[in-house]
Amino acid sequence: MSILINKDTKIITQGITGKTGQFHTEKCQEYANGRNCFVAGVNPKKAGESIFGIPIYGSVKEAAAQTGATVSVIYVPPPGAAAAIWEAVEADLDLVVCITEGIPVRDMLMVRNKMLRKEAAGGKKTLLLGPNCPGLITPDEVKIGIMPGHIHRKGRIGVVSRSGTLTYEAVGQLTEIGLGQSSAVGTGGDPINGLKHIDIMRLFNDDPDTDAVIMIGEIGGPDEADAAVWCKANMTKPIVGFIAGVTAPAGKRMGHAGALISGGADTADAKLAIMEECGFTITRDPSEMGKLIKAMI
Amino acid sequence: MKIHEYQGKELLKKFGVAVPRGVFCQSADDAVKAAESLGGKVWVVKAQIHAGGRGKGGGVKVAKSLDEVRQYAGQILGMQLVTHQTGPAGQKVRRLLIEEGADIRKEYYVAALTDRTTQKVVMMASSEGGMDIEKVAHDTPEKILKVFIDPVDGMSDAQATELATGIGVPAESVASAVAALHGLYQCYMETDASLAEINPLILEGNGNIKAIDAKFNFDSNALYRQPEIVAFRDLDEEDPDELEASRFDLSYISLDGNIGCLVNGAGLAMATMDTIKLFGAEPANFLDVGGGATTEKVTEAFQIMLRNPKVKGILVNIFGGIMRCDTIATGVVAAARVTHLSVPLVVRMKGTNEDIGKKILSDSGLPIITADSMAEAATKIVAAVS
Repeated sequence: MSILINKDTKIITQGITGKTGQFHTEKCQEYANGRNCFVAGVNPKKAGESIFGIPIYGSVKEAAAQTGATVSVIYVPPPGAAAAIWEAVEADLDLVVCITEGIPVRDMLMVRNKMLRKEAAGGKKTLLLGPNCPGLITPDEVKIGIMPGHIHRKGRIGVVSRSGTLTYEAVGQLTEIGLGQSSAVGTGGDPINGLKHIDIMRLFNDDPDTDAVIMIGEIGGPDEADAAVWCKANMTKPIVGFIAGVTAPAGKRMGHAGALISGGADTADAKLAIMEECGFTITRDPSEMGKLIKAMI
Repeated sequence: MKIHEYQGKELLKKFGVAVPRGVFCQSADDAVKAAESLGGKVWVVKAQIHAGGRGKGGGVKVAKSLDEVRQYAGQILGMQLVTHQTGPAGQKVRRLLIEEGADIRKEYYVAALTDRTTQKVVMMASSEGGMDIEKVAHDTPEKILKVFIDPVDGMSDAQATELATGIGVPAESVASAVAALHGLYQCYMETDASLAEINPLILEGNGNIKAIDAKFNFDSNALYRQPEIVAFRDLDEEDPDELEASRFDLSYISLDGNIGCLVNGAGLAMATMDTIKLFGAEPANFLDVGGGATTEKVTEAFQIMLRNPKVKGILVNIFGGIMRCDTIATGVVAAARVTHLSVPLVVRMKGTNEDIGKKILSDSGLPIITADSMAEAATKIVAAVS
């Protein structure tokens, strides 16, 4: 098993006709190893055409109806990306993975609040991963996003992080010491996003095929602390935790829009302290993440 | 992106928030002319820099004559204004705002920002205006009121009234405080601000409500649709190296240490800085080359790092995904040659085409030290510079 996606997942690419969408859809389709996971693309202007044999539809709703897809991945450029998320939500998909980096915060605020209203009114709840994230992968089954597939191995360790390359770092360490991954998930570097650490930790806790989790965070925002508090009360599996940005100065945005220290509780030190209090095995040396997990299982 | 107070007040005025009459100027002569044109007997001479705490640093003076206006303007223009936000070197004052004096009966604090936890816009208000709001939040948190606004609905009159009455605005002035709060909220939303703060918002002797200061920060993701805000950008207030880096689509921030580092990805870049510190040195910068690094970008990154005289060594840490290690290795070799690199260089590469990348480095004949893990890379660069 795995979390959120598996070998039977059927996926729509929104933004399949753009350079990035095309490139990564092809790589992801290759990763699926002959299975037809990427079943549709969307572009109203190119409906009826196809791209590497993947049919293009005029809307997400139509693509879902025709193919039975329940997940979409978005590579639409920033000005139209929030509208693309909303289109997928209105089509009642299960999960939307938004890779796009650089979406205005106001657009994300609007679409997140519209999503909450839809749920409150009894509408179907669509999960959102990202934006500004690498996506997620269940090794040897399905990869949705921009991570390099070849560094992953199938196994029983979960990985969750806001950052792309730092997730790859953890995965690379695990694979190198012979530990595979159940799923690896990047929640994204933006301040207003969908699934957070706490949501992913819940899923890993419930997944019978995940034995332990590496949880990676960074400065800014309450996500890691919220997850830590939840884990203390609920998590039954060992966790290794790392937070990037001990050396980051306050008030400066460190690359990610959400990586900015603005109070006292969102520094790397404060987050590491609360994670340790909540029973995580924390490390200040990111080279140790894999070894520490190995020692615990 | 930040802007100056006088620019923030232009925005507030446009959205219906009353501000004192004022004139922006860049010389003592113009300051006197500005004061004459404003009339009255009291003027405020205010340094315009992108940092708070200007009053305490000597950058805001009340002048009671035109001579005093000239004297204060002359003192403030060109000074290195040091505040708790500028760092010890301070920021050179190049711009002034000359304003009419205000008849202050009471000072309040109001601000709009985005709350990550609730994913709403939060409007904050406090009766303790004119103070450092972080201190108020720490010492007397009950004196800060908040209302959370669903941006799909916008702020209601009831929410604005709750804030105005909650901070003790007298009944006869509540309507104008509510109008000011609506103006602030509209301004925050329509300009894609990430922070809009008025401290203080004042009650005047005649019962009017006015914004005496204005502090804004804007979402850089939204600047493409905010040409009016982009026009406010003052490059003098920005770090020249960070500016140069942004032209090459590099994300760069200068720090105080002596190990330059070049990394792909923001999270890994921070983790690399932390590892350098963990092994006994301090990072000289944060530098994310992003996903599409070319030889030109890597060379530019080296040049920016080496412009910092404190840099005694460079650590390159790349996790190759879509961006291949051989591409980066070629860029690193070219950059080391172009810059006639004379400080130690440690390169750690993992991921896609790692072996080809390492071969390019060793075939170059350059004294490049390689490492397999981040910890090993940090240990080697720290040893090489000490």
